[in-house]
Parts: sequence; C-alpha cells; structure tokens
Amino acid sequence: MSIYTSTEPSISSFNSPTYNPQLVEGINCVLVIGSGGLSIGQAGEFDYSGSQAIKALRESNIKTILINPNIATNQTSHSLADRVYYLPVTPEYITYIIERERPDAILLTFGGQTGLNCGIALDQSGTLSKFGVKVLGTPISTLITSEDRERFADALKEINIPIAESVACETIETTLEAAGNIGYPVIVRSAFALGGLGSGFANNEDELRQLASQSLALSPQILVEKSLKGWKEVEYEVVRDRANNCITVCNMENFDPLGVHTGDSIVFAPSQTLSDEEFHMLRSAAIKIIRHLGVIGECNVQYALQPDGLDYRVIEVNARLSRSSALASKATGYPLAYTAAKIALGYTLPELPNPITKTTVANFEPSLDYIVAKIPKWDLAKFQYVDRSIGSSMKSVGEVMAIGRNYEEAFQKALRQIDPSMLGFQGSPGEFATKEQLDDALANPTDRRVLAIGQAMIHEGYSVDTIHDLSKIDKWFLYKCENIVEVYRSLFNVTALDQLTKEILTKAKKLGFSDKQIAKSISADLKQSELDIRKLRKSYGIVPFVKRIDTLAAEFPAMTNYLYTTYNAVKSDVEFNENGMLVLGSGVYRIGSSVEFDWCAVNTATTLRKEGKKTIMINYNPETVSTDFDEVDRLYFEELSFERVMDIYELEQSEGCIISVGGQQPQNIALSLFENGCNILGTSPLDIDKAENRHKFSTILDSIRVDQPEWSELSSMEEANKFALKVGFPVLIRPSYVLSGAAMSVVNDVHELEIKLSLASDISPDHPVVMSKFIEGAEEIDVDAVAYKGKVLVHAISEHIENAGIHSGDASLILPPQSLSNDTKRELKDIADKVAIAWNITGPFNMQIIKDGKKPLKVIECNIRASRSFPFVSKVLGVNFIEVAVKAFLGGDKVPEPVDLMMDRQYNYVATKVPQFSFTRLAGADPFLGVEMASTGEVASFGKNSLESYWTAIQSTMNFKVPLPPSGVLFGGDLSKDFLGNVAHQIEDLGFKFFAPNQKTKEYLAKYIKNDVAIGILDFPKNDNKKIRAMFEDNDIKCVFNLASKRAENTDDQDYQMRRQAIDFALPLFNEPQTAQLFAKALHAKIGEKIELLKDDSKKIPSEVLSWEEFLGYKAM
Amino acid sequence: MSKAIFNIQNGPTFEGISFGAEKSIAGEAVFTTSLVGYPESMTDPSYRGQILVFTQPLIGNYGVPDGSARDEFNLLKYFESPHAHVVGIVVAEYAYKYSHWNAIESLAQWCQREGVAAITGVDTRAVVQYLREEGSSLGRITIGDDTPCEYFDPMATHLVEQVTTKKPFHVASTLKNPVANIALIDCGVKENIIRCLVVRGANVTVFPCDFKIQEVADQFDGIFLSNGPGDPAMNVKTINNLKELLNNPNFDKIPIFGICLGHQLLALASGAKTTKLKYGNRAHNIPVMDLITGQCHITSQNHGYAVDVDTLPKDQWKPYFINLNDKSNEGMIHLTKPIFSTQFHPEAKGGPLDTDIMFDKFFHNIEVFKTHKNELKVEQPHKSTNLKQLGLNIDVLAKERVLL
Repeated sequence: MSIYTSTEPSISSFNSPTYNPQLVEGINCVLVIGSGGLSIGQAGEFDYSGSQAIKALRESNIKTILINPNIATNQTSHSLADRVYYLPVTPEYITYIIERERPDAILLTFGGQTGLNCGIALDQSGTLSKFGVKVLGTPISTLITSEDRERFADALKEINIPIAESVACETIETTLEAAGNIGYPVIVRSAFALGGLGSGFANNEDELRQLASQSLALSPQILVEKSLKGWKEVEYEVVRDRANNCITVCNMENFDPLGVHTGDSIVFAPSQTLSDEEFHMLRSAAIKIIRHLGVIGECNVQYALQPDGLDYRVIEVNARLSRSSALASKATGYPLAYTAAKIALGYTLPELPNPITKTTVANFEPSLDYIVAKIPKWDLAKFQYVDRSIGSSMKSVGEVMAIGRNYEEAFQKALRQIDPSMLGFQGSPGEFATKEQLDDALANPTDRRVLAIGQAMIHEGYSVDTIHDLSKIDKWFLYKCENIVEVYRSLFNVTALDQLTKEILTKAKKLGFSDKQIAKSISADLKQSELDIRKLRKSYGIVPFVKRIDTLAAEFPAMTNYLYTTYNAVKSDVEFNENGMLVLGSGVYRIGSSVEFDWCAVNTATTLRKEGKKTIMINYNPETVSTDFDEVDRLYFEELSFERVMDIYELEQSEGCIISVGGQQPQNIALSLFENGCNILGTSPLDIDKAENRHKFSTILDSIRVDQPEWSELSSMEEANKFALKVGFPVLIRPSYVLSGAAMSVVNDVHELEIKLSLASDISPDHPVVMSKFIEGAEEIDVDAVAYKGKVLVHAISEHIENAGIHSGDASLILPPQSLSNDTKRELKDIADKVAIAWNITGPFNMQIIKDGKKPLKVIECNIRASRSFPFVSKVLGVNFIEVAVKAFLGGDKVPEPVDLMMDRQYNYVATKVPQFSFTRLAGADPFLGVEMASTGEVASFGKNSLESYWTAIQSTMNFKVPLPPSGVLFGGDLSKDFLGNVAHQIEDLGFKFFAPNQKTKEYLAKYIKNDVAIGILDFPKNDNKKIRAMFEDNDIKCVFNLASKRAENTDDQDYQMRRQAIDFALPLFNEPQTAQLFAKALHAKIGEKIELLKDDSKKIPSEVLSWEEFLGYKAM
Repeated sequence: MSKAIFNIQNGPTFEGISFGAEKSIAGEAVFTTSLVGYPESMTDPSYRGQILVFTQPLIGNYGVPDGSARDEFNLLKYFESPHAHVVGIVVAEYAYKYSHWNAIESLAQWCQREGVAAITGVDTRAVVQYLREEGSSLGRITIGDDTPCEYFDPMATHLVEQVTTKKPFHVASTLKNPVANIALIDCGVKENIIRCLVVRGANVTVFPCDFKIQEVADQFDGIFLSNGPGDPAMNVKTINNLKELLNNPNFDKIPIFGICLGHQLLALASGAKTTKLKYGNRAHNIPVMDLITGQCHITSQNHGYAVDVDTLPKDQWKPYFINLNDKSNEGMIHLTKPIFSTQFHPEAKGGPLDTDIMFDKFFHNIEVFKTHKNELKVEQPHKSTNLKQLGLNIDVLAKERVLL
C-alpha cells in the first residue's frame, strides 16, 4: 500500500490560492542513507545529492538522521543533519540505528547503489515493517523491479518499450548457452552492482567464460545481452510526483558511442545530434517507463539509439539519484535531488517553486542556451598492471564539467580541467608511435582516446571519415573538433607577431583556446608567454563575458548567481559591484584530492559569509557541494587556471583570493596570481613557494634546526648511485619527469635503481631526480595546523597505523594519538611552532613527520595549505580548523586565541580514518601499497578505544565482510619478518581454517601457532581463474593476509595473484603489516560479540553504535 | 561568407555572418527556447513573416531532411508545410557541417533555396533579454552591403490568407472503414495536425480559412480549427462563420476542437477577446495545468496572442488549461457542448508529445456524437454523394494543399 494517500492530481499549485499540499502524515524524523567512502562508480555526487535532500527536509522542519562513515563529506555535518552516525552503511548497522532512533521514515535513493541495496535488504528482512519505517519516495517494489534485470525486462515488455534482449544467468554454462542463442558479440552485466561493476563485452566463448566467472563472483545473477556497439548513447533525467506529473529535466548525449560506460564517456548536454523526432521519441518513452514503474522522485533512463534510423533500446534505468542526475542538476541549474526529496514528502511538482526563478513552478523543463561538456578523469597511470581499456565497467575516479556557448569552447575548457598539463584539444606527434598503434587507440577506447583523436587530426591528417570509421564517434562531434584544428593551423602559421591579428585571436578565443595554448601554438621563435598573449588580446579588447545559468534561456528574468564565462557574447548578464572574495575550489576529484577539499572550500565560503563577506566560488567539478549555487553569493562554474581566475578576479574587482583550501591545484597557480597583482589571503605565495621548492624548504628546515631525511637532487646516474651508497638503501626517488608508471618509488638496491632511472624516467640536468633516504620501520605522524602571522592557533596530531613508506593518503590515521608520549607531542608542537614562524604562516598547513625510535623527529613533507585530513581532525576534535583558518585570513579581532587541543583537552573516544580503495574496479591493478597513493576515498569511525574505532572503520569500507569462523583464511607474503606469523597467532583460536600457498609458508606459520591448527596448502594454478575460483570456494576462503615486502615484478608473481584474487572475489585483503596485526587483534576481541549480534534473536546494539554528538558529548559544527 | 546585420527597431544591432539566402528581409522578431525541431518550426505556417531567434546554442547540427518525402497518408513526412514560412532566422552558432542519417542538405542550403535570410554569430541571449524587456519588436536582417529593408509589421497584414489552402483538399484514412469524417478549417495547419486526425482513422477534408463551414457541418462528425499566424481578430470571415456555426442549435452536438489560432478564433466567435502578449510564448517546455483534473503537462507553444480569460462568457465556457509560468489561458471547454480548444500544440512537431491525448478526447467526443446520431436514426448521408452536391467531389478534390 502506498504511503501517499492520494495519487490523483489536484489543482493545487505554488503561489496560488489553490495551494494545498497533501504530505505524508506523521513524518517528523527521517533516516537518510549516505553512500560511504568515495570509490570508483560512487563518488562525490552523493555528497551533493544527500546534502540537498537534507536541506529539503530541514526546510520542512523534519529532523534528519544520517548514516555515513565518509567523514570528509559536507553532509556529515550538524549544519545539515541533526544527527550523524559514522558507521558502516550496511543493513546490520542501519538496523541498529533504526532500533535506537525509531525514525518515522527512511530515504534510500540519495546514497547511490549502496543505499538502494541496503534498503532492499532491510525491506526483505522485515526490518522496515517491524519498526514501522516508511520508505519515502519511490517504493521498494519499484526499486527491485528496476534493479532485477529480468523483472525489469518483463515490466518494459508490458508497455512495449524495447530493451536490449537479455537473458538472466546464474551459472557459466547457462551464460554460454544464452550467448550462443543471442549471437556474439555479447555484453555481460551483473545485477545489483554499482557503476557496471563486473560488466564487459565478449566476442567469443573464451572471453565470455573468463568474464562470466568474474562477474558471477560479484553478483549471483548476470545478464547476457546482444551488443549494440556503435549505437548512440543518450540519457534522460526524469522526475515524477505522486500525482503522476512528469518532466524530463535534461537529456545528454555521449560523445563515445555505446560500449563505453556512461561514467567513462565524454558527455554533452543537451543532446547534439538528435532531431525533434528522436529527441521526443526517447523523451516520451522515458516518461512512459517512469510512470509504469511508479517512480516517485528522480530516475535516469539510458538508451541506445540506432545511428541510422529510429530504432532504440533501453539500456538501464536507475530509480535513484545518480552521477548523471548530479551532472544534469549542474548542467541545467535544476536541483534534482532537492526536488526529489520534496516529492518524497508528498509535494507535487506544481506545488514546488522553481528554485532558480522563485516565481515560476518546478513543473517545467529547462531550456539551455549553452553547451555542457563532461569529461571523465582517469588515474590509471597510478596503477601497475592495470588494464587501460575502457568499456562497460567504469574506471574513472572523477569528472569535470565545462560550460560554453559552443561545442568547441565547452570541450576545450573541459579538457584543460582534466589536467593542467592539457592545453585543450590536443595530441602530440608520436604519442602513438605507429599508424597501427594510432588506429588501435582510435578504435579501442582507453583513457587516452581523446589524445589519439587529437594526434590523428592535428598531426597525422586523418579525415573525419577515417576517424569515424575507426571509432564510430558521430561525425558531428568530429566536425567540431576539426574546427579547432583549423584554428590550430592558422596559429601554426603565425611566424611574426603582427600576423597574430585581432581576427585570429578572437576566433581562437571563441573556440575555447587558452592564452597558453595560443602562445604554444604560434612559432616558438616568437617567444610568447601566456602573459604576453593575455596582454595582446586585452589590448584588442578581447575579454570574456559572464552569462547566467537560469534554466530558461533568459525567457524570464532570473537573478541567479550561477555563472560561466564565454567569449561568444556581446554583454554580461551581471553587474560587477560586489567585490566578493574568491574561493578556489578543489577541481576534479582524483586520487589524492577529493571530497575533503570540497568540504574545506564549502566551509571557507560559509565562514566568510558568516563574517559578512560576499563570496565567489570557482570550481568545475559537478560532483561537489561547493558548486551548489546556494552555498555562495556567486558561483563561477569555471576553470581553475591562472587565466580564468585572473579574468574573474579582474571582472569582479575582487577583494581577495583564497588559494589554500582547495588542495594542490589552486595552490599551483598562487604565485602567478600573486605576481600579477592578485591579493592572496593568508600565507604569502612567496613563502608558500619556499616550501614547495625542495632546496628552499630544506635550507629553512636546517636554519630552524628541524631534522629531515638526507636528500639530494641528482642529474646523472653516477650521482644517483653515489648518493644511494652514501646514505644506504633503500632510497626514495622522485623523478621530475615521468615516462610511465608511478612517479615515486622506493628503491632497494643498485639493480632496481638502474631499472627505475633508465626505464621509468629520464634523468638529465633538465630532468633531475630528487632522492632521499628511505627510513624503514618508522612511525609516521600527520600534523594539521592553523597559524596566524606565524603563531599556531590550533593543531592536531594524528598517528598513522601503517609505518612510514605508505603514502599518507593511503594510511590509517588515529586521533587523538594513542601511543605518543607527552614529550613527543610537545616536540611535534614545537616543530609546528618553528615552521609556522619560519614560513610566516597565516592559515592552514600540514606536515608529515616520522618518528624512528628515539631519533629526532624528521619532517618529510610540509604543505602550506589545508590538507586531506582537515575535515577528519575538525570533526573528531570538534573544532572547525577551516573556520579558524578563515578567521586568521581576515585577521584583526576575528582571530581566535591559540589553544592546544592535544595537551590541554581530554578525549574519552578515539577516531580512526581508513582508506577506501577501488581495486575491484581496476582490472589487473596490483593491490599493493606504497609511496604512490592508490585509494580513492576514506571513511572514519569513532570508538571508545582504537581497537573499537578501527574495527568499525574497517567495516565501513565498501563491501567489507567480516570473516566468520569456520571460514578459511589465506596467508602469504614476506616470511623473513614476524608480522604474518603474529597475525596467524593472534587469530589461531577463533576457529578459522588456515591456508598457505606453499609448504614454505605453511612451515613458517606453524612456528607461530601454538595450538594444533591445521594449515592447508592451496596450489595456485596459473592463468586459470576458474580453477582459482573453485579453489577459493571449495575452501571457503573469506579473508586474505598478504604481507609481501615489495611489488610484484610480473603478473605471475604468486603474491600478486593472491592479492588480485582477493579483490576479484570481493574478500577482505590485508596487505600491510601494521593494519593486518591490528585487524587480527580486533577480530580476536570482537568476533565473539559479532557472532552473537548476527543471531536473529539478538536485541543487542554494539557499543560503537553512538552518534557523533554522543561521542563528543556536545553538538559540534 | 557575407557579413550580416540584425537590427531591432529602436533597439540594439548585432553583427554576424550570413549563411542563408542572399536577401535582406524585415519582419517581426520573436524567439523560441526550443532545443530541437528547427525544420518543423521554420515550416510551421504560424511563423509566417517572422524573424525567428533560436536560443538553442547550435543549430543545423542534424541538417535538413527531405521536404518532399511523404508518408502513407500522402502527408509531408518531415515538414509541417511544403515551404519555410519564417523570413529570417537568427542563431548563436550555425553548425556548418551536419551529421544525420535523415538529412539531405544543410540548413544553409535549404535556407538559400527557400529564400530565408539567416545570420549566425549573434549573442541570442542578449536578443532575448531585449525582447523580454521591451516586448515583441520589428526586426530586419541586412546581408552584405545591401540597403536595409524598411521595418515591416507582418501582424498588420492578413497572414492567414497567405497560408491557407486555396481550395479544399482531402486526406483519406487508410482504414477500410474510416471511423469519422472530419472537416478542418485551415488557417495555416501543420501537417502533423492532419496526421494526428487521419492516424486515428478519420478522413479529413481541409477547407480554406473563410469557407462557410456552417453550410457543410452536417456532413461531418467533427470540426477542427487549425493553428495559424497573426492577429486572430483579423480573421473576420472565419469568426463570423464560426459564430453562425455555434449559434445554430442543429450543431449543438457536433464535436469541435481548436488548436492555437483555432482556440483564439473559437473564443472570439463566442464573444471573448484576445490580447497580444508582451513577447509571446514560443517554446517546447511550457507547463500547463488541466484545471479539471489538476494534471500538468509540458507543451509545445508558438503564439503571440492569447485569449483574455476574463472575457469568456461564463455561462457557456470555462477555462480548461492554465499556463503555470505566466498564468495565461491555455484552453477552454464548453459547459454543455462537446467543444474544447487549446492554446498549446498537442500535435507537437516539434516538442513534447504529452498532450497527444487531446486528440483522443476529440475522437471520444466524435464517438459519442456518432452513437447519438445512430440512436436518432439520422440517415448517415453517403459522404461522397453529399460532397458532390456541394461541388466537392472527393474524387476530384486535391489530395494536398493547394498553394496557388
């Protein structure tokens, strides 16, 4: 039975005498399910969606309880949610919270696939009905239909909507049979999996066998469908209310034809190659589907469209907020998540105001007078052995969105946003060395296909037809790229400055060329810099104009603050009279920079506003909260390049610019901005530079008598060898120019050094290598702090669980520190004080320090900006470090008194932050931790001690299943140390079955085990996943400890195999000694309780189930 | 590539590049915020004499389909009438190269053949902002070094006369037993309106705008009033014919459906008034609410005039739909007779197909009417003989619009 008493429309509408919304009754308190740690396929977009939903509920005076262990998010803040639980987003923990809090209702569609899956599980277990929790919005039955491919296919058949022919299979044999009937090539999809995980194409039986065995490991059911490679891919975002009113908010077309996961596709909005007939055929079908399924809220429909006719197929329907819905919201200005939340409460579309115009109703469809380009950001180069092809399973870690008045402008902006090293649409001669390689790169999509198109068009003279034949990318997109190439040609021909006419420059700027791109395209003999071009074009009066995003192509006046710049205009929509403060956001999410910097940017803006300042945010990441237009006074959805930031600074006559809260990207342009007259708040960019430059950094540390590991900058192989011998191996090398593979690595001997320096990087005076002594077995400590004019105002000391050598972004942090003496804490504070003075810091900074026994503490890294751990330390200590930093920026009487949060306060709780990895997504990638960061997100949990908080935090990582006895545990790795043995010893009497990959390991383990635990030997067959799988299944392997001392040298390496299989079979993998030992300890302490709790009749709620407020004892932030 | 200039009378001037006919023109400047459907819009007779400003960022992407292609009803497959009716178009960016399976030429080539002036490179957002504030204005496009045309107000001329069929024509149902015979008053009808009728199994006889429908109404099961250009009040003859039709008690039961201008003419014939909107509603995203059920629909619209709902005779009519953006009238329904009309375009082309159900409603009314006739045992006259008596032998009637 529906919770909505009326499903009939009524003439009630916003701003009219008939306004009379019929809301779901008795809803005072709602549980919102968050999506957990950022991972590939489920990233920051759900912080944005969830935050909007919570805002919408708050507006309706509803109390919100949020479960989300992602401590870096904006939604996990008391300024949004009334109560926050940093707990695993699992049916188990949600049930505990329901028992404690007794919410009236639950929102399932704002936490991605995770939220949806939990909701379905809670419904099926009877928990929701037991506690009378209403499911707001789309009913569970609809969610199940949309998720279960077979039911979905049946439902669509009922309304004659064509769907790709698909057969549900549960075994490899039936899969092969189905494919035989359908005909190859086929696509395999797994049901109930986020972002197309476990999906792929198979051209023949062998490929299918391999794929099916992997997919069936992740999902009980897989779907085999006919492949529609080469068809256009189009999406619609649809909204429906309880009264059957429906709108489509946005449609989007993929640049990449069908075959590439939409999350990995370049996407344009609105669609570009569809006629009215096609556009509305698909729109009508989308509405028909959403009505038939009974969605109440938001829904996304993906289509394959025949490229030469009107045939189409529905690929997928997501009956929840999604990455696409976040993108559509940012692309149109229409807040889908907010609207979906209001609809869930019972409002109808005509009862809601258009949040942009405020005067018209939400029941309308945006019209765009601009073009939006979205390009995914991959970070595949960070991984070893990773398969770089992109296809039906998503691999990108983030995405950018760019707005322009034409295709070229949007496309080039977006390409630059992907990485500052990109000039725009480009390619370099020789990037793909041979014609075969280039053709292959065009035909078979990888993360670098757009570069292949650039090379083919700009440098190799490929025609649009040839590229189309290879890639099946619609010629229209390629024609547009050709327009860019034409401008390149005219720039290449410029050999004298007077040839760079106003006409050429105007044309280039209108087509999205950056000043730097122009400078680099004209003859190098002219020695023109980005600044020279800037000066020249300004002398011609060529400057960008500012336009509004108003959802209706200017049809009605709308005073929105959502802005972009363009050269294709003659006037600006806004007046520049606010002199607001610029805040530079984080840019694209990538490994090493993600939602934590969005939290910093949002909190900066919030604090500035509280202090009465007008704020201007610049950011281009559609997955963020900082690009929500109600967070700031003006939002520029724009590039974070020197050129664009300076443009906006000048146009707005901005009061100042904050560059230190968005991570490294804004920091990189700080000095240029400063040198061109921009008022940078906080630490002077000249001082910041002294920390970024290795020589200056080191000299200053020496001068203030702060220790650091020995290091040297070397420009030849001989020097490198000499240095390594002097300080002794291992050494850490950091090449300034990387050819392939990881940028930083630990080198253990001369042989490795030679390999690294000759193969992986190019060492020369132009490309020196920084080498430093790598200290083994030392503890690592993170210090986050805020200072004012060189005086530390607040600081936090977090200790790493892992030893130094694991990138701090992949490390598990414990706060407050549990094993550091007061002397050490004092010493750390002393270093922070000295550094703050030496760099004359005002604002945030962060240091990584190593502690090697009793030796002096050594600083290994110092960043004069907010760090990844700022939201973590702020939320754990209850002091908003960003707020303090902003007050320091503003100076004067705003600046708070210094306080020592580490020594002067007592904490009766501990929080642990652990990394969230996405290895599952990255086929082949070696799940090994080192000095290069590999995690895509993080989660944190509180506990009464470090064991409890770690236990909860590790369960908070995605799909972590605690191994329960009598299942099997597999051990492997370095046998020269005690770690692996310690782990085995720790858990030997818990009732697990132990396994080793060989006799040697078995003998090693036996030495550590006191009791008589049998150790089985698993003989790893090579290149036969099916056998390996059977082996894991037969022995019920549920956990893997692989403590190898170094990376695998090839993919036949047994440790690599073991690690990789653990990932592919979704088993907990511990690959680092300290965390492995801690987990073993936690398992020992907690497994008994866990087994009790999992019993059906258990009424107990474990002690870690407390809200953030309860742990702290007050409501912070 | 000639330069082109787009002027708005007493307003701003925009420079750009010509990509259409080498012919300077003048007309009324209006804008549409639709995202697709330029061939449909440009061949819609309702745009007669207008300079259409497209707010869509790029135009011409999918080229232009074959304008002579016809479907199984002998109706134009891709166009809404045989030729372009806009005199000029203004776009932000023209896509010089198109890509679509269905296209046979570029928008530029087609504009050149059809004599439509076209200018690209205009900040259309700035144009819209001006028109929004100042209201619909006269405009002109000047190509190259031409002497600019005098400003000219097409609304002052009787545009419907220019676009209506010159003689009746007949579009036959493909059914063996057609479900109805519908008379359609053509004030500039779109092909898809006719299609929406024949596809439901009706024979459609299309009459010129000033045809005395009241004299043949008894030969039909339903009467349809089409869309069309210009000021509705100019259609004096048509309005008078409709008045006679409405006032004749013999026709109390005959279903009537009007769209856009047809809606306005019905209102005028009923004694209501129409007014010119400040800048009109031309878009594919306009929300309307059904005031009887409360259901909302997204509609396709193209009108510069609207019915003043306060002047509707309340003893006969009630408002049927309301525009949720500007609260203007979007339709009316008779209190006792099977007559209703909509300001929006249920036939779409271009635009959303949500309100296609209005045609179903019309056919439902026809069904009821036919049942009623049968009950009264009214001799169903054999259509062809009766039409012959009227000099309208369907065998010799034209099968498509008669343009000259």
